[in-house]
Amino acid sequence: MFEDLSNKLESVFKQLRGQGKLTEKNIKDGLRDVRRALLESDVNYKVAKDFIKRVEERAVGEEVLRSLKPGEYVVRYVHEELINLLGGKFQDIQVAPQPPTIVMVCGLQGSGKTTLCGKFARYFRKKGKHPFLIAGDIYRPAAIHQLQVIGKQLDIPVFSIEGEKDAVTICRKGLAEAKRLGHDFVIIDTAGRLQIDEAMMAEVERIKHEIQPTEIVFVADAMIGQEAVNVAKAFHDRLAFDSVALTKMDGDARGGAALSIRAVTGKPIKYIGVGEKMDALEPFNPEGMASRILGMGDVLALIDKVQSEVDLEKAKKMEEKILKQTFTLEDFLEQLQEIRKLGPLDQLLKMVPGADKMMKGASMDERELSRVEAIIRSMTPQERRHPRIIKGSRRKRIAKGSGTTVREVNRLLEDFRQMQKMMKKMGAMQRKGKALGKMMNMKIR
Amino acid sequence: MFKKAFEKLKAGLSKTRKNFLGKLGDLIRGHTTIDDDLMEEIEELLISADVGVHATMTIIDRLQNRIKIDKIKDPSLVEGLLKAEIAALMGEGSYELDLSAVKPYVIMVVGVNGVGKTTTIGKIAARLKQEGKHVILAAGDTFRAAAIDQLEIWADRAGAQIVRSQPEADPAAVAFDAVDAALARNADVVLIDTAGRLHTKVNLMKELEKIKRVVQKRLPAAPHEILLVLDATTGQNAIQQAKLFNQVVDISGLVLTKLDGTAKGGIVIAIKDELNIPVKLIGVGEQVEDIQDFDPHDFVEALFA
Ligand SMILES: Nc1nc2c(ncn2[C@@H]2O[C@H](COP(=O)(O)OP(=O)(O)OP(=O)(O)O)[C@@H](O)[C@H]2O)c(=O)[nH]1
Ligand SMILES: [Mg+2]
Repeated sequence: MFEDLSNKLESVFKQLRGQGKLTEKNIKDGLRDVRRALLESDVNYKVAKDFIKRVEERAVGEEVLRSLKPGEYVVRYVHEELINLLGGKFQDIQVAPQPPTIVMVCGLQGSGKTTLCGKFARYFRKKGKHPFLIAGDIYRPAAIHQLQVIGKQLDIPVFSIEGEKDAVTICRKGLAEAKRLGHDFVIIDTAGRLQIDEAMMAEVERIKHEIQPTEIVFVADAMIGQEAVNVAKAFHDRLAFDSVALTKMDGDARGGAALSIRAVTGKPIKYIGVGEKMDALEPFNPEGMASRILGMGDVLALIDKVQSEVDLEKAKKMEEKILKQTFTLEDFLEQLQEIRKLGPLDQLLKMVPGADKMMKGASMDERELSRVEAIIRSMTPQERRHPRIIKGSRRKRIAKGSGTTVREVNRLLEDFRQMQKMMKKMGAMQRKGKALGKMMNMKIR
Repeated sequence: MFKKAFEKLKAGLSKTRKNFLGKLGDLIRGHTTIDDDLMEEIEELLISADVGVHATMTIIDRLQNRIKIDKIKDPSLVEGLLKAEIAALMGEGSYELDLSAVKPYVIMVVGVNGVGKTTTIGKIAARLKQEGKHVILAAGDTFRAAAIDQLEIWADRAGAQIVRSQPEADPAAVAFDAVDAALARNADVVLIDTAGRLHTKVNLMKELEKIKRVVQKRLPAAPHEILLVLDATTGQNAIQQAKLFNQVVDISGLVLTKLDGTAKGGIVIAIKDELNIPVKLIGVGEQVEDIQDFDPHDFVEALFA
């Protein structure tokens, strides 16, 4: 019942698209489904209502009636409006004219602030900065230690004061230390707090006044519901934060809160967290997100990625093999290595419309991939080319050789059969996607 | 189990109650007849509390049915009817954990990242300890940085024992050892903490299954209770969470945390309606005493506060 907003809108728009001529009534009907989809994605009730009203006003206007394909016109307009609402183009964290740049991270309990701090540190070090972390959460048990462990893992200094009861003092002294050591990128982790907790809100306000951060980032969990509006508004009223980071985007939450937060605060979403590991951070892409919401997937991004990282010659050959169904486990192994160059697989699949859903049965996860690789490596070339010959004793040998179990070998062989089917579909979809991407690009910009 | 907390629950919930009748009362007073407008406003109220479109429709359908059957004309009666519908949906009766039957009673706590699993375990442990129980905590989150230390601090606060291992050790082994220790030490309760995991990560979900299986090797009837912790601020995704966790480990009850904020946690209505998983406990703060038994009537009152 609860599919992605993408899938939902996809079907709504398919209907709209199918109708050669739009009447006021079928626009209204279509938009009612859009509204429902938005609500099921946790877009705030009022935000959804406003959004639909705006689209409706435009859609029943003259332009639509004059346009040749009114259905497509509405689709395009909804897409445009979503991009607008999400904030146009990507904007990066501001850099202080006079170093250090100070980034302060705030939000509700459990939203993912500490992890995000670590990710920022790693990310901006890669961009040539010298990060310095300050552990300002003196309340949650072991929060400081958590940041210390992360800092150690990344080899980035973490400032804390054992037993200090005042977070403002820690931040002030930490900042002085960062300056003394010549760090140009200071990241402050603060304790999670409820927006109605007066004492705690006053504390974070004091930190702001004392430290004068270059950028205050409000962290929200992508799974947050209708409350997003109240929480974001309260934090914004109090701190006038500069930007938003959405965490846990690697789940299947539809993330409608992104729209709501943007609508009530006007502040851009800049980064998204896509996993528990420290490298799972990505710049927010409003256009990609809007496309993803509309079920067109982030096809353009995927194509870019594929073109920049994959050996195109090889890829072409693969595609042919897939289509001709002469694809063997040997090819599969090679393909796996290519795919892994692109990044975490579950992220990749998100960019392909429908792929997520298709993959639900097949377990695709990084660790699993390593085991798969080990299993294939334990096969003889002949076995890789003709997996059908792999019977009982061969399975046992392969399991032993790869340090796995016969069950896992069986599953791989079964998965491979599934995979062959899926890849056939994916091949077809990607071609369709390319065409669609081009089309959208032409019409919108 | 937490009968004594009953009074505090009321106090806690009324903290957020702005006035006696609350939003629903205000809304209804603005109407002289029962009409579509009123229904739409009720719909807005429910959706804004994260009840979700589907469950909201179910509730409104039932409400309208009642209104029709009982030929109700007076809008002031709607409030009572609506609350009764929802309370009925949430299920009457008591969900208290019954610890008397077995020893050790093993409770495993699961959920996505950051919802309040470890804190909930600390609070439950403290309460049980106060009731004179011998409690052992299993530090089953061997993944997140400093998670073991966090549980250790809670064990200290609660006066409970803890079974822990090195970071990155096998969580199933830790759980096994904790149950083993509980049997050896004649403990009453084992609380197993687990790492936060998104329900979409197949491998991590398999790990939960394994923890359960391994615990059963030591004590076949365990875990006697598997609690899924949900953050009240979570929206519709909570349904997916409940569904998938339930598929993997059979959830026996929910713990709804962070109700001390302004979030209503209405999504548990949809979960009860769709999956029939009851809420057993609620979290209303970060302190050791901030946990209470779930009461459907108080929940409904707070929903419309
Ligand atoms: N306000 C409020 N905060 C809570 C409540 N329960 C937990 N928290 C806070 O939420 C944050 C996360 O809680 P944890 O207990 O660490 O959550 P967890 O599910 O164990 O997190 P991971 O193990 O990281 O997945 C902490 O800051 C807690 O203090 C509650 O009922 N109300
Ligand atoms: Mg925890």
